Amino acid sequence: MEEKDVVVDRGRIQVLVPPGGFQEDGPQLKKIEARGRIVVPGLVDMHVHLREPGHEYKETVESGGRAGATGGFTALACMPNTDPVNDNRSVTEFILGQARAANRVRVYPVAAITRGQKGEALTEFGDLRSAGAVGVSDDGLCVVNSEVMRRALEYAAYSGLIVISHSEDRALSNNGVMHEGAVSSRIGLPGIPAAAEEIMVFREIALSRLTGCPVHIAHVSTEGSVALIRRAKEDGLKVTAETAPHYFTLDHTAVVGYRTEAKMNPPLRRPEDVEAIKQGLKEGVIDAIATDHAPHSPLEKDVEFEKAAFGIIGLETALPLSLALVEQGVLDWPGVLQKMSSNPARLLGVEGGRLKEGVAADLTIIDPDTTYRLGPEDLQSNSRNSPFLDTPLKGRAELTMVGGRIVWKRRASHPGR
Amino acid sequence: MEQLSVEEIRLVLDTAESLKEISLREIKKVPTLRGKSVIHFFYEPSTRTRTSFEMAAKRLSADTLSLSASGSSIVKGETLIDTARNLQAMNPDLIVMRHSATGAPHLLAREVSACVINAGDGINEHPTQALLDLYTIRERKGRIEGLDVAIIGDIAHSRVARSDIIGMRKLGARVTICGPPTMIPYDAETLGVKVVHDPVQAIRDKDVIMMLRIQLERQSRVLFPGVREYATFFGLNQARMRHAKKDVIIMHPGPMNRGVEIASDVADGPYSVILEQVANGVAVRMALLYLLIGGSRRGDMD
Repeated sequence: MEEKDVVVDRGRIQVLVPPGGFQEDGPQLKKIEARGRIVVPGLVDMHVHLREPGHEYKETVESGGRAGATGGFTALACMPNTDPVNDNRSVTEFILGQARAANRVRVYPVAAITRGQKGEALTEFGDLRSAGAVGVSDDGLCVVNSEVMRRALEYAAYSGLIVISHSEDRALSNNGVMHEGAVSSRIGLPGIPAAAEEIMVFREIALSRLTGCPVHIAHVSTEGSVALIRRAKEDGLKVTAETAPHYFTLDHTAVVGYRTEAKMNPPLRRPEDVEAIKQGLKEGVIDAIATDHAPHSPLEKDVEFEKAAFGIIGLETALPLSLALVEQGVLDWPGVLQKMSSNPARLLGVEGGRLKEGVAADLTIIDPDTTYRLGPEDLQSNSRNSPFLDTPLKGRAELTMVGGRIVWKRRASHPGR
Repeated sequence: MEQLSVEEIRLVLDTAESLKEISLREIKKVPTLRGKSVIHFFYEPSTRTRTSFEMAAKRLSADTLSLSASGSSIVKGETLIDTARNLQAMNPDLIVMRHSATGAPHLLAREVSACVINAGDGINEHPTQALLDLYTIRERKGRIEGLDVAIIGDIAHSRVARSDIIGMRKLGARVTICGPPTMIPYDAETLGVKVVHDPVQAIRDKDVIMMLRIQLERQSRVLFPGVREYATFFGLNQARMRHAKKDVIIMHPGPMNRGVEIASDVADGPYSVILEQVANGVAVRMALLYLLIGGSRRGDMD
């Protein structure tokens, strides 16, 4: 890390100079004091659910963008499982229109692989890309038919879209609601075995090997998946992967007490899996940290555990949870920024992740030392379904800038106690 | 059973013992719970448990009322929490709940100030069944500590088995579970039990054999190939009984599939205590009602 002044002009980083090295002055010049803070390229979250269109009571492009900016994110890639599904140009354009109207963070729609996410017919990848989609995924559902997935990989590579795989054998996960293991046996909940994820991770790798096309594995949660992806990378395959902060922070004991705020899919796994995820991040087997920000209202969460929806919000806690990896010696600062900014930007094929002259001024100022707790009232998201409320957190975004514009700045009174 | 201490379990069993004779009287009613109201809230069908609770409450003179999912606002889409708050507004003293979802009574207990008894939740627990099983064993054997118990059947999907295992382990019994691997919970050894797949091995040298009901609807979930196959390999019949101890007792939480998990001549035979379990169920539930709302003690039973 270096001590530098960052000069931003007309939305771009004009120059990086030693402290005090920028001599020009004038009424238009606005100074932001960042001494003792860390200025980083804006964070990029390649896996969020903004819920719009269709589930605006959970989140909107506007509220999700606000939550993202608060958490230090300058760009979000949003999954297509909306209502209607983002499987055509008009939905993609609608989302981009809402993002323009919200005028906060960059929003990159990920469209569905198959029409209606039904796993049958491919969507129009070329048309979707020209409308502004950056990738395709049937996230929330797995493409069951391997032939369809094979063709998706081939056609997406040609169209310049990343394919993001929600890897889950749903026949095997069946009616499971948490990780199948010692805890599910003890507290009497139907389990989702690790193999339900690993079988499909293996299939995606085999299809990548067959076609020579890239595939990206979403929300990796098991030791076995990490081993499969490590091997694929050693074999030189174009397989990439992301995990979410909860998978390296919590294990399946968090569910005890039937806590629906710890219910997500894939589920929280064993402590051994948590360690394997950290090791995967350290070795570069896992390329990115994405939140899988999945807002739900009390209608979906304040119910019997088995009936509750899968998913937790993550945009406003991802940074401190990931910075904890620095304290644990899993990653260094550049490592965290690679996983949360440059790698996801590269995988999505979008600008971002770099702090150098000439690039768009998307940057985040981080206060690395503040310790605080978030209460439900501190959140910017429309939803509150987080297992990290009222737990001690350290480090947070102080200011978020997108294209030279301050889209969020912490006030003294602002979130966190 | 997870939440009950050894002392609490003993207190329930001792109390049941002193209340049992009420059911044998000419006038089977005492005024202990006069003016108390008990709601029996059953989201799932139940004959034995529901009747047993009703009987227990009525013998203690509590006012009871029954709700079932089909006859309530559940079918109108009301959430459990809203139902709970509405019931609470009517200020009952105790709610007995049966639900198909694990943890539902725990959720209810967080929302209401009335006492809550779990009458079976999902595949998790059925604590009053475990208590009546413990009572029956203690009555027959004079103790629970040091006994060897075999539980045979679909352990993984049985709330009775889970509660029995927890209760028996707490009181110092050794538990062996037996069934095809599809019916054994993941990491079962972490529950503190021994796992075997041969029923003869499970039966040998045991003081208590608990047979579980095979849920025929589970066949569609490929947990077992069929009733005939199950009866052949895991059913308790006279041939297998030859390997049992001479003073063994045979238990079953009901309802039985005669000829499947248990042969008729075993179910009705000299070792069977199956109907005693049912009789003791009333006494145990009376004890719970008395302990929870009969005096100044308060708490939730699970």
